[in-house]
Amino acid sequence: MSRSEPVNSRLSKKCLSDKVVALPPSGIRKFFDLLSSMEGVISLGVGEPDFVTPWYIREAAIYSLEKGYTMYTSNKGTPELRAELAKYLNSHYSLVYNPDDEILITVGVSEGLDLAARAILNPGDEVIMPDPCYVAYPAAISLAGGIPVRVPTTEDNDFEITAADIESRITPKTKAILIGYPCNPTGAVLTRDELERIADVVKRHHLLVISDEIYCQLVYGVEHTCLASLPGMRDRTILLNGFSKAYAMTGWRIGYAACGKEIIGAMTKIHQYTIMCASIMGQMAALEALKSNDREVDVMVRDYDRRRRIIVKGFRDIGLSCFEPKGAFYAFPSIKVTGMSSEEFAEKLLMEEKVAVVPGTAFGDCGEGYVRCCYATSLPEIEEALKRMARFIDKHRKK
Amino acid sequence: MKQIFEALEKDARLTPDQISTMTGISVAEVKKAIKKAEQDRAILRYKAIIDWTKLGEEEVLALVEVKVVPQRNVGFDAIAERIYRFKEARSVYLASGTYDLAVIVACRTMQEIAVFVSEKLAPLEAVQGTVTHFILKKYKEDGEIFEGGEEVKRLPIAP
Repeated sequence: MSRSEPVNSRLSKKCLSDKVVALPPSGIRKFFDLLSSMEGVISLGVGEPDFVTPWYIREAAIYSLEKGYTMYTSNKGTPELRAELAKYLNSHYSLVYNPDDEILITVGVSEGLDLAARAILNPGDEVIMPDPCYVAYPAAISLAGGIPVRVPTTEDNDFEITAADIESRITPKTKAILIGYPCNPTGAVLTRDELERIADVVKRHHLLVISDEIYCQLVYGVEHTCLASLPGMRDRTILLNGFSKAYAMTGWRIGYAACGKEIIGAMTKIHQYTIMCASIMGQMAALEALKSNDREVDVMVRDYDRRRRIIVKGFRDIGLSCFEPKGAFYAFPSIKVTGMSSEEFAEKLLMEEKVAVVPGTAFGDCGEGYVRCCYATSLPEIEEALKRMARFIDKHRKK
Repeated sequence: MKQIFEALEKDARLTPDQISTMTGISVAEVKKAIKKAEQDRAILRYKAIIDWTKLGEEEVLALVEVKVVPQRNVGFDAIAERIYRFKEARSVYLASGTYDLAVIVACRTMQEIAVFVSEKLAPLEAVQGTVTHFILKKYKEDGEIFEGGEEVKRLPIAP
């Protein structure tokens, strides 16, 4: 019996959307396939906490099921969750949002990003974003008909995007900038000063900002500044955030968007036709997460911080220069001493030493020469991974 | 400084070097802080949490509720001391409620516990009565879940 695959590939050019065909495949898929056939691998390639969702949150979700909360919710999300979020944003950042029409509950920040892009972009609109950045940013913009404009960020500049660099790329077609700090993959944060300068550029050029702040609670020794909280920025900033990282709730898929009611209204329109609403169980759990104090989050943050320091020092000790990440749970060491490309390095490291890392190029061209290593894994595993990487670097150091 | 002890409480085998890296506090400072905590008995001891049943060893535990008559000037302290000096008394707490002292008694056999309670504990002059509950199964001790602890089911690679 002949297999159907050739038929599919023959059809593909004609039957698929040009936009989708043009999208590059995810840079990590290959490693995923390789990994699944191997044993004894230590993975620093994960993108989520190694904590399970705190029990009080899970317990609240179980209780909601017992009580029969199994229906649709309002498109915008449950009124209780939106009200609690409004309270939270007010107490943390002195931001005032009307929970009725300025907050939307989404299926993770991923959906929020997609909605934001589709709500504001017309074909050919340009969106400025850093390189490297989270894998979904350029894709979400392209799928919405926009054009991603990448601004290189470098280790020398602590992987910060600067207002000056942004301004130099503004054209009449520029509609928005898209940033996500603390940053996946680099762990970089933006200082309040730089954010103020960026806000200034945004206001002067009448732009919008999509600000993904999902890692805002995972910062070490610095304070997170919410871009929307800067003067005049509330209605220019589509604030995207969620529960995945700080509360270790990645699989629940609950995020939110906050902005003025015009933009949230437009996003809600798309959301109601495509998603309808985020899962009610997830929303119940998220409500519990917000209502409880953040003591468990603080414990997790301190725990990440200890491992962050171990891995950064570890990389430096084995001869890899490593920028000090101040947020998220990633380190982004340079592997230039080996002379290999990021992809070659990641592949060889996996095959020879069974340590999985993500090549920096998965996050943009400027990730070349770097790999992303997640330290949200147990200390013994981090130490074993460092040992194996030391052996690998010794063997492959450029002569 | 709290960071030092939080790290140690989680893993007592961490070296001062490791703790220094983890906290950004110098090795000398870490050593000093630990030494002082040991001297002040803020750190009492370093121990392992062991599931003896997995090692094939028998151990019987009982929670004994003890009702006592507090004494003039010393309250419950004197009788608590009389009890906690027995090596069989693994933990001793003063508790609010219908009884006064909660004593966790550990022995090798049920018989030994029975003998300890009836011959040592109950006859003490200040003790008015005891209620002994044998522990049937340990689920969690000192924050550690004994069986079926949580394994993180993550994808090995994610964006």
